[in-house]
Amino acid sequence: MRMLAEQPDAKILAGGQSLMPMLNLRVAAPAALVDINRVAELSFIEVDGGEIRIGAMTRHRALETSPEIRAALPILARGALEIGHLAIRNRGTIGGSLVHADPAAEWPLLAVLLDAKLVARSTHGARTIAAREFFPGPLTSAIEPDEILTEIRFPILPAATRFGFAEICRRRGDFAIVAVACAIGFDSRNHCVSAEISIGGANPTPMIAAAAGATLKSTNEANAIEAAAEMAAAAADPSSDIHASAEFRRRLVRVLTERALRQCFDTAQVEEALDA
Amino acid sequence: MRDESFTERRTIRIVVNGVEAEREVGVRKLLADFIREDLSLTGTHLGCEHGVCGACTVILDGQSVRSCLMLAVQAEGCALETVEGLASDGKLSPLQEAFREEHALQCGFCTSGFLMTARELLKDEPNPDEQQVREVISGNLCRCTGYANIVSAIMRAAATRGVK
Repeated sequence: MRMLAEQPDAKILAGGQSLMPMLNLRVAAPAALVDINRVAELSFIEVDGGEIRIGAMTRHRALETSPEIRAALPILARGALEIGHLAIRNRGTIGGSLVHADPAAEWPLLAVLLDAKLVARSTHGARTIAAREFFPGPLTSAIEPDEILTEIRFPILPAATRFGFAEICRRRGDFAIVAVACAIGFDSRNHCVSAEISIGGANPTPMIAAAAGATLKSTNEANAIEAAAEMAAAAADPSSDIHASAEFRRRLVRVLTERALRQCFDTAQVEEALDA
Repeated sequence: MRDESFTERRTIRIVVNGVEAEREVGVRKLLADFIREDLSLTGTHLGCEHGVCGACTVILDGQSVRSCLMLAVQAEGCALETVEGLASDGKLSPLQEAFREEHALQCGFCTSGFLMTARELLKDEPNPDEQQVREVISGNLCRCTGYANIVSAIMRAAATRGVK
């Protein structure tokens, strides 16, 4: 942290799966690298009351395979599995992915979905930033040059919460063109009481489809899913690039939102049938 | 500060294919270049140099990693396995033998990356199904074979490993 304070052009090297390509391609040329790979205190997974606390240096593969994560917040393991390829997940870290802030990456999508709390430290002390305020723009995070992201805290949702996840990419392990994650809460009568939907790859930063979520509450009707998917697509503001046109992205938002939601509601219906 | 970092060197000790090695290396050198130039193990190939093609995949402390996305100094104290460590006494490993039998390579540029990736898979999952094989090798590009024979070779290696 002292080095970051003294050398504003220093960069932190975590798993290196984004920064090292940028160095190799000469698109980044920091004056110094601060390698935190051997800072053991930054690599942990702890279930602590109503939260899962994850050290920023924790690697994707550890999160994908963690029994604690699978039990407490399975959507995190599901999302981790979608990241890159095995050799990438063996090195890449949750903190690195969040600070790199690719709009189509899985950790920003999930952090925004669950509105995780991100802890940043510098020589001046620590502060906590809400994930929904962490991404001011594409490939930009709220971390200051002299700060280091140390910890991510995900709230553990009630047991009756169901999760959905759907993404489309050209090749397995590539960045998603569009990715959708959702967390739907149900009451004892299997009625939807909370609905959060986040969408990556459509807007410059991960987006929350608030209106779409609102229409789902207190309903189990199939047409509400379609209506919510339409609303999510209408709320998205995608642009065209080499990977996909804006029109295709908007269509993917609708289709993937519907798929992710069905994963939650279909399970609800199945369990309802089993209970009857 | 920057000028010093261009020339700064450090001594690292790593275990390479079971043998301890100590080398002085520039702090900016990639692990892949260190393997090829300092260790003279040229079976590890560099393709895209930004983590996409998988040609430079090696095993570090039991896990596959892209050697183009690590600095050599980061491997200090680690156990490194490269493709040269697979064969023993001039005899191909069962995995290599399966690649030969199934014609899983043509030009061979990507092969060492595929072998090291498959090695991690078979270590963790001795009896993978075809879907698992395809998922694990999704991070390695081959422009010759069309992948079918690579999948067959890994399945064959899994089936014959016990027999050796």
